[in-house]
Amino acid sequence: MLNYFPEEVLEHVFDFVTSHRDRNAVSLVCKSWYSVERFSREKVFIGNCYAVNPERVIARFPRVRSLTLKGKPHFADFNLVPPDWGGYVYPWIEAMAKHGINLEELRLKRMVVSDESLELLAKSFPNFKSLVLVSCEGFTTDGLAAIASNCRFLRELDLQENEVDDRKGQWLSCFPDSCTSLISLNFACLKGEVNAAALERLVARCPNLRSLRLNHAVPLDTLQKILTQAPQLNDLGTGSFVHDPDSETCGKLKNAMKKCKSIRSLSGFLDVNARCLPAVYPICTNLTSLNLSYAPGIYSNDLIKLICHCKKLERLWVCFFIKLIHYTYFFSGVPLSNQGLNWIMQILDTIGDKGLGAVASTCKELQELRVFPSDLYGVGNAGVTEEGLVAISAGCPKLNSILYFCQQMTNAALITVAKNCPNFIRFRLCTLNPTIPDAVTNLPLDEGFGAIVQSCKGLKRLSVSGLLTDQVFLYIGMYAEQLEMLSIAFAGDSDKGMLYVLNGCKKLKKLEIRDSPFGNVALLADVGKYETMRSLWMSSCEVTFGACKTLAEKMPRLNVEIINEGEEIEASPDDRHRVEKMYLYRTLVGPRRDAPDFVWTL
Amino acid sequence: MEKNGVGLETELRLGLPGGDVEKNEKKRVFLDFCGGEDKTAAAAESKNQVVGWPPVAAFRRRNSFNGGGAKMYVKVSMDGAPFLRKVDLSMHKGYSQLVKALEELFGCFGIVRDTNPQAPTTKTGPTPWEALKDEEENCEYVPIYEDKDGDWMLLGDVPWEARFGKCLIGQFQVKPDIIIYDPKMFTESCKRLRIMKRADTNGVGLRAKDLLKGLSKEE
Repeated sequence: MLNYFPEEVLEHVFDFVTSHRDRNAVSLVCKSWYSVERFSREKVFIGNCYAVNPERVIARFPRVRSLTLKGKPHFADFNLVPPDWGGYVYPWIEAMAKHGINLEELRLKRMVVSDESLELLAKSFPNFKSLVLVSCEGFTTDGLAAIASNCRFLRELDLQENEVDDRKGQWLSCFPDSCTSLISLNFACLKGEVNAAALERLVARCPNLRSLRLNHAVPLDTLQKILTQAPQLNDLGTGSFVHDPDSETCGKLKNAMKKCKSIRSLSGFLDVNARCLPAVYPICTNLTSLNLSYAPGIYSNDLIKLICHCKKLERLWVCFFIKLIHYTYFFSGVPLSNQGLNWIMQILDTIGDKGLGAVASTCKELQELRVFPSDLYGVGNAGVTEEGLVAISAGCPKLNSILYFCQQMTNAALITVAKNCPNFIRFRLCTLNPTIPDAVTNLPLDEGFGAIVQSCKGLKRLSVSGLLTDQVFLYIGMYAEQLEMLSIAFAGDSDKGMLYVLNGCKKLKKLEIRDSPFGNVALLADVGKYETMRSLWMSSCEVTFGACKTLAEKMPRLNVEIINEGEEIEASPDDRHRVEKMYLYRTLVGPRRDAPDFVWTL
Repeated sequence: MEKNGVGLETELRLGLPGGDVEKNEKKRVFLDFCGGEDKTAAAAESKNQVVGWPPVAAFRRRNSFNGGGAKMYVKVSMDGAPFLRKVDLSMHKGYSQLVKALEELFGCFGIVRDTNPQAPTTKTGPTPWEALKDEEENCEYVPIYEDKDGDWMLLGDVPWEARFGKCLIGQFQVKPDIIIYDPKMFTESCKRLRIMKRADTNGVGLRAKDLLKGLSKEE
């Protein structure tokens, strides 16, 4: 019946369909819906920039205004992908400029962004409003200067965790006096200084500014002045938080904070004197999001004091740092007894768990928690154990997303967590020793993760770790019906493990595996499966060249990339040779032309 | 001993520990204190560490783990240089890194080679103290520091800082990485550094006999 509606009506109805998945579904209904939908789509999401090319996207969606692109595979975050692998944004910007696209918004993740790209972007799109760069690299503050100078209607410049070279060119001072439209400015990841006066003036002339995240070079007294000018902020990232706590500046800061009644999200503290922290207590009561994961100077006691003020917290990112004082008795030549050391270790083990206990009793609205390790140089850390996780699950029934680095775990704990929190959408556990068994029984952690997938029927993302056999994958295949992304490391016994997952998880989109004994049988069992997925990553597994070649031959719409890092760049390696790194993904446009020498597309 | 998260500092009393060691006693088999270790990248990639594990994003690794956050700037003077410089001791994990930084700051190389008195004798070169005592070696300079008592001390005698060493929990080796404040340790007691001309030392305190005595104490 809807076929008889004129196109304008369809278009109007489609305006209410916003998620890209829904719009994709709409476009599959019939030819006329496909046609109406493609001309009306303004926001395009491309999860893998090599699955398609700019020309095809522009041809299909000529009215695109907002483009989201993701480049490198997730494991690139952990240095498993060599530099120069790819993910360049320049061709996209070039193509859109050439075709006169009215681009307003660009959001990029794990892409290589050059200064040339930013300059071209800044000069080609007069209505450009929003630039969001997450985990990108390749640009400098010169590129940012181009954006600041040329984008007259810029509303959002959001830089999250990018590697940016500082050219000391005062990029922030390039915002002209006529720029008053900023709503969001995040430059926390930049290393260099910005002109404090220019920053204060910029904030003062942007009345709609809601989100401001400063970098560590912005001192506390500048923060105080900014907050006085911008009490309407919703989201604040402090820069440096170091000052004499008894100073007038700190007093003024606390007063300014009291007037900021809208702040709901707090982060930063990139340098901190914990004794200044009470200045933020006035805003803690209304905070829903707190990110202290980049605050190495807040030791656990002060952290706990801060958290106890935050009763409405829904999102918390944290690490636990310990600094003991006054232990000279133990190091003045008196030999340490095992008992004495046990005592210390026991306390240290519980500091992180105690912190989580404080969270569990205070933050009843908590939905998302991320607990990062406090230091990476040791195999373990005196941070958190399974007890902290159990406490959180008991105290925070709304928890649906967790990332938890811990030094040990038990099946019993995971089973309890599964019972307490059946609503997990994301569950990522990382034991610092990747193959550690249950700390009490020494058994694999299969049963624990099995309980998680069985109880959490809405689970979409899972990362497993610890000692795991094929059994855990049997559970995952059986129960994780909504699972879209799975990360596996140092787990499993045989091809059966991977097969359970590929056969069972019907909605799987991304599978990434490292250092696990999965081989050719698993890889080739169901080649059609990979066209239903975005990508598969396998490194340090048992797959061979021959199997990868076979797969590539059977599936022309997959790019099967082998990443060779220098050891044996043979012209034609033996088919029986193990492949160190393989990344395959579905694509409409065949092998990419920008692959470097060390990447072979079979 | 009460376990109160907020009041933890005051709960950690000085004195011999005792009692209250129920919980994890079984798991603690052995704990070995070895302070002042150099944590080079090579050490990190030994058998206890794997590339990309734990899976913490590279950006986060570079930007949030600096061992406590408290900056420790001290002045460094070099004999013959017209001005002083400053180094941040908290940026370095051990003597070797500090000496390298000093060499780069002043553009002079060969201050002391491989300054890690706790490292076992390497096969690749002389130990620092052998280098010092051997005047044919290329070290024109001697690094010294002023401690909290106002005395000028030779670099390297005390541990860099106090940290817990490895320990076994059950059969698994873990390495908690906690910095302990101890005023006897180098990073807490160093007020300023001086790179002194070897010629000015008159060889005092650097003679082979003294060095060998010192070396055998450390073994």
